[in-house]
Amino acid sequence: MSHHPEKHEDKHEHEGHHELGFIRKYVFSVDHKVIGIQYSITGLLFLFFGFSLMMIMRWQLAYPGEAVPIIGKWFENSTMMSGGIVSADLYNAFGAMHGTIMVFLGVVPLAVGGFGNYLVPLQVGAPDMAFPKLNAASYWSYFVGGVVMLYSFFLPGGPAQSGWTSYPPLSDIAGTGQTVWLIGMVFLITSSLLGSINIIVTIVQLRAKGLSFFRMPFLVWAQFVTSFLLVLAFPPLEAAAVFQLMDRIAGTSFFLPSGLVVSGMPLQVAGGGNPVLWQHLFWFLAHPEVYVLILPALGIVTEVIVNNTRKPLYGYKTMVYSVVFLGAMSFIVWAHHMFMTGMGTTMSNFFQTTTMIISIPSVILLSCLIITLWGGSIRYTLPMHFALAFLPMFAIGGLTGLPLGLATSDIYLHDTYYVIGHFHYVVAPGTLFALFAGIYYWYPKATGRMMNNVLGKLHFWISFLSINGIFMPMFIQGFAGVSRRLHTPTIYAHAEAVQSTNVFMSISAWVLGAAQLFFIINFFLSLKFGKKATDNPWDATTLEWATPTPPPHGNFTEEPVVHRGPYEYSVPGKAMDFIPQQVS
Amino acid sequence: MEHAAHSPEEIQKHVRTYIAVFVALAFLTVVTVGVSYLHLTAAIAVTVALIIASIKASLVAAYFMHLISEKKLILWILIITMATFVSMILIIFFTNKGVMHVVS
Amino acid sequence: MSDAVIHYIEEPHPVTGVTNSKLGVWLFIASEVMLFGALFSSYIVLRVGDATWPHGWTVLNIPLATLNTMILITSSVTMVMSWASLAMNRFDRFRLYMLVTILLGCAFMVVKGFEYAHKFEADHFPRTSNFYGVYFTMTGLHGLHVLGGILANLYFLTVGSKLWKTHPKMFMGRIEVAGLYWHFVDLVWIFLFPSIYLL
Repeated sequence: MSHHPEKHEDKHEHEGHHELGFIRKYVFSVDHKVIGIQYSITGLLFLFFGFSLMMIMRWQLAYPGEAVPIIGKWFENSTMMSGGIVSADLYNAFGAMHGTIMVFLGVVPLAVGGFGNYLVPLQVGAPDMAFPKLNAASYWSYFVGGVVMLYSFFLPGGPAQSGWTSYPPLSDIAGTGQTVWLIGMVFLITSSLLGSINIIVTIVQLRAKGLSFFRMPFLVWAQFVTSFLLVLAFPPLEAAAVFQLMDRIAGTSFFLPSGLVVSGMPLQVAGGGNPVLWQHLFWFLAHPEVYVLILPALGIVTEVIVNNTRKPLYGYKTMVYSVVFLGAMSFIVWAHHMFMTGMGTTMSNFFQTTTMIISIPSVILLSCLIITLWGGSIRYTLPMHFALAFLPMFAIGGLTGLPLGLATSDIYLHDTYYVIGHFHYVVAPGTLFALFAGIYYWYPKATGRMMNNVLGKLHFWISFLSINGIFMPMFIQGFAGVSRRLHTPTIYAHAEAVQSTNVFMSISAWVLGAAQLFFIINFFLSLKFGKKATDNPWDATTLEWATPTPPPHGNFTEEPVVHRGPYEYSVPGKAMDFIPQQVS
Repeated sequence: MEHAAHSPEEIQKHVRTYIAVFVALAFLTVVTVGVSYLHLTAAIAVTVALIIASIKASLVAAYFMHLISEKKLILWILIITMATFVSMILIIFFTNKGVMHVVS
Repeated sequence: MSDAVIHYIEEPHPVTGVTNSKLGVWLFIASEVMLFGALFSSYIVLRVGDATWPHGWTVLNIPLATLNTMILITSSVTMVMSWASLAMNRFDRFRLYMLVTILLGCAFMVVKGFEYAHKFEADHFPRTSNFYGVYFTMTGLHGLHVLGGILANLYFLTVGSKLWKTHPKMFMGRIEVAGLYWHFVDLVWIFLFPSIYLL
């Protein structure tokens, strides 16, 4: 809802010199590129932090009851890490915060806030987002939410400990960390809502002349659908958060059933509440949320693959219809997370059916990408490494979802490590690899430098091998019946039997952590020492490459006019193997 | 914005519409309160209340919010939203129906 | 530095027929529909599962709430009249209608305040039962939305109205957008009132 009277009144001043101070230019900027970079850096920092929590948890899983090296020494006098050993409470706290941070503070801000903000205005030929000030507000709302979440670590009882899913009654009666989590979520939800409204309006209203909907790069379509998911799916979680806050602070019983007894004492509440209601409201968001996690990744992978096969995208229109259908279906599958809540066979059948149906557009999307490779002149650039790896990893993630989506097999697999393996395949070697592909791909446009290939390949190969080392054995553990959120696996014989996989997985996790150093070093060193990049180092067709490098405020020196589709590669009879969109 | 191009006379016509809608809303409010005094059975009471509320809401949306003269784009956003909203309510309701036993 | 300008702030897009902020506020309203929809959904689930749920008329003050309903409906009329006044180039009328809208909104909050105070005095709090939990939470969240609208309208009546002198069309657009939000808040009450008080 913000306007730019300044842009009209001060048009002449802009043409002269309108120098903003450091704070207005780099801190409280309203330029989508600066905001996109802010989201990306903050998101990457949270990703690393969230991963570090898991690296500590994995010590406990590999060597239950043993003090954690180095970090254990620092906290050996604390209550939650007494003697340097990860206590059950700490394990739960780290587990809940790992999930929360990776999903809400890491992946979505990077994928939507970072890539979405940076690329959508550029790829549609706009000078900025529709509401630049609102854009800044979204980032700072995210930032405040992140600070609130981090603050919860310093509470006496620790942060939220009831899973990232915060199921009541446990979450209703948990310590203060849970209240802080809820408050943090309100800021994060606000940020997402404002950001997605901005993206939708930008795409609908600010496309350049000649850029019809079916000439938009697939990445823009992916961000478009993602934003609709966020606008419509997040509010029910906000409602649920309000209810849970009321339960915790005002003593209501929205989610507390009658007759609940805690530690031998009946809870002094009115009762009559419904714990499963929370699950409905939570998963109403959280299922579309997983598509929010994957769609931007599919968008990025599409751009990178097409560019590095020098061929048009196979099935562009099909992919567009598929992603729109996928978005719509994502709203009616949520209770496949709730097969064990006693819904009854009719509704279980309903959700099982919709879940099976939703796998179809996913397969179509993946197939189109794979078929695009066929007959292409494949360039094994650094981004292409990650984009290619995404394909089989996403396939594994998707396929392993099928037994979970079928109610009968889910009875056995629900809440086991099989689930953790399934969703991590989609998000970790899936989305995260796609995001890395995107960083390696667009870094030259944003900074004017290429990233280093040697460091990049080390980053890729070590990450690829170790990440499979972490998540593949989880399917084995799941089939063995090992449940998730289990602090000491060895207390169960069936888990003891596969304990060696835990050691293997933990070592893989630490190797993966170490491998990120190659990326971090590359990221910073290349800023100064990377090979200078031209405006279009990848010989790409989409509009963001038609700007100076890095793009200035306002992006395009003159308003672009689009004359062709987004993927005109290897057009017969032309001198070059690509024709940029704005070339007439 | 399309309305800015309208003459003061056209706006006056709109104003007449606004007053008419206001009267209708006030009347329907009285009706809905009056009906509640009849203490109808649950199913009928809910249906009647929702119908009256929907009429009132449609009047506000169509005339105060100018939906009746709005472009298709906005209507489509609303249709998609209502479809999502209705499916959320219906699905949650039916899913819970299978689970909850009504406390007597 | 390019002098590229963001389009369709004042003038509607030739194809979509709307300005950016109009599209934006409708999307925001869509998200609010889902927010209140989830609240209604929860209300249904909680009520259907509870045979002891009282009828609204046995517990709540219907006349007072009916008055509040009339107040909000009237404020919707004055809100749209304030926009129509701008369309007729009557800035003085705009200020009058906007002031009345704000005052009616405040009246709504005051009446609500009396309602709540009366309940608290009778020892009825959100924790007393799920009926009261739903009553306070849903009307409370709605009330917060009313408050937000009052603050936005206050801004447009005072500081924000300066824009009328330099960019009248843009200002009218902003008032229309503020009006859409305000009407939506009225819309929610149109459903909230019978659902909670009259059933």
